[in-house]
Amino acid sequence: MYSEQVMDHFEHPRNVGEIDNASGSGTVGNAKCGDIMKMDIKVENGVIVDAKFKTFGCCAAVATSSMATEMIIGKTIEEALALTNKQVMDELGGLPPVKIHCSVLAEESIRAALEDYQKKHA
Amino acid sequence: MNHQTIYLDNAATTAVRPEVLDTMLPWFSEHYGNPSSIHAAGREAKIAVETARKQVAAAIGAQPQEIFFTGCGSESDNWAIRGLADVAKGRHIITSAVEHHAVLHTCEYLEKKGYEVTYLPVDEYGRVSPQAVKDAIRGDTILITIMTANNEIGTIQPIAEIGAIAGEAGIPFHTDAVQAVGAIPVDVKAMNVDMLSISAHKFNGPKGVGALFIRKGLRISPFIFGGAQEHNRRAGTENLASIVGMGKAIEIAASELEEHGKQLGKLRDKLIGGVLSTIPDVRLNGHPTERLPNNFNMCFRYIEGESLLMRLDLAGIEGSSGSACTSGSLDPSHVLLAIGLPHEIAHGSLRLTLGNDTTEEDIDYVLTKLPGIVQTLRDMSPLYHMEKENA
Repeated sequence: MYSEQVMDHFEHPRNVGEIDNASGSGTVGNAKCGDIMKMDIKVENGVIVDAKFKTFGCCAAVATSSMATEMIIGKTIEEALALTNKQVMDELGGLPPVKIHCSVLAEESIRAALEDYQKKHA
Repeated sequence: MNHQTIYLDNAATTAVRPEVLDTMLPWFSEHYGNPSSIHAAGREAKIAVETARKQVAAAIGAQPQEIFFTGCGSESDNWAIRGLADVAKGRHIITSAVEHHAVLHTCEYLEKKGYEVTYLPVDEYGRVSPQAVKDAIRGDTILITIMTANNEIGTIQPIAEIGAIAGEAGIPFHTDAVQAVGAIPVDVKAMNVDMLSISAHKFNGPKGVGALFIRKGLRISPFIFGGAQEHNRRAGTENLASIVGMGKAIEIAASELEEHGKQLGKLRDKLIGGVLSTIPDVRLNGHPTERLPNNFNMCFRYIEGESLLMRLDLAGIEGSSGSACTSGSLDPSHVLLAIGLPHEIAHGSLRLTLGNDTTEEDIDYVLTKLPGIVQTLRDMSPLYHMEKENA
């Protein structure tokens, strides 16, 4: 049902945790639907130097958050804002159709963290 | 590292027992006659089907002519409800909120056809109140259908009491006993039921075969037209080998019922007790004592069921969950919602259902793995973090 990459990121999630004094952080989703994602980012000179996440959710939600953190570290704010859930999914070798909505959360949490950063630094 | 797989999803399906398989095999290519044929091969096939019918009847205290073979438990449920509704004079059906979808979706279908259905609520343990059944009866009630035991949380319903109420009111009473047959004593007379659904693969028989008990004298419409099989009520050439297997499986299950019930109940209680004493923020779903001997169902706060299942699977433990992600919808199990659980807690459910081959070592293994897996997921969960900060 899940690709090898999804299982790898689920079994060994990258960048789990929180960042003290994060440059920006965002929480999306709700427990009622069974998915909550919290994303912290650290930004230096307009570049994301670190990202950490915590996720309450299914295998797909965990894997997409993990993959998304890997994809935005080293990117500029603009580049990270352009990241879509489809890119994250493609990088994971795809998701079953019923799980696509889980991947949207990763994109939304990154956007929320970036918007938080921009608000703080406006 | 690679621990042998521990299968704890016996409410989903069970392994066919070797002695059942042995009984089935000759009926594929050696004795493959059509039971409707007049020649010797047909006659011996017919005898095999009728022997199985007697075995099924004996296991539930019925007469052989009251047993009708079907394709599965869901078919039996569909047939019982639709078949009765077809011929009854009245528009009202009483059922419960925790029934299997084979019952619920059939009732919803009938609602579209103009029938009215009362979905009785259940208490926090998942029990239907017999008094509520009585109160729901109307002049135009044609059928009461309440399951014997719940497939998710294992709660056993007060079927005999409900049956007595139905009998007094003269309303046909159907029960989905798919999870109960082979797990607890089932007797159609003691339970006062008029129709009862059975599925073979829940008690170490083959998949693709079930049965419906229809009390002698109760009229329901045929389910499949086109032949004289099953007394003209369910046409189609019999699933010969599987019917033979079902007969053998139910005979063995009935003979071992008491012993296995005790053994499974002990292991189940060890599992429940072990989890309660080692993992905080958990709750047992279903009735503490009026429950199937093989059923464990608990919610683990702050984590989601599918993640839990997948981590258990990686550790070689196979179970199931009532989370949205495992149901293919956005809502968690209707049963967990019906017992009053909020969505976020219902998402974190785990069902482990023991089988006849489950050992104490299997339970010990689960108890060594589960606490660490739950903690790993909680450490990843923003909910856990938020709650603990607010505490």
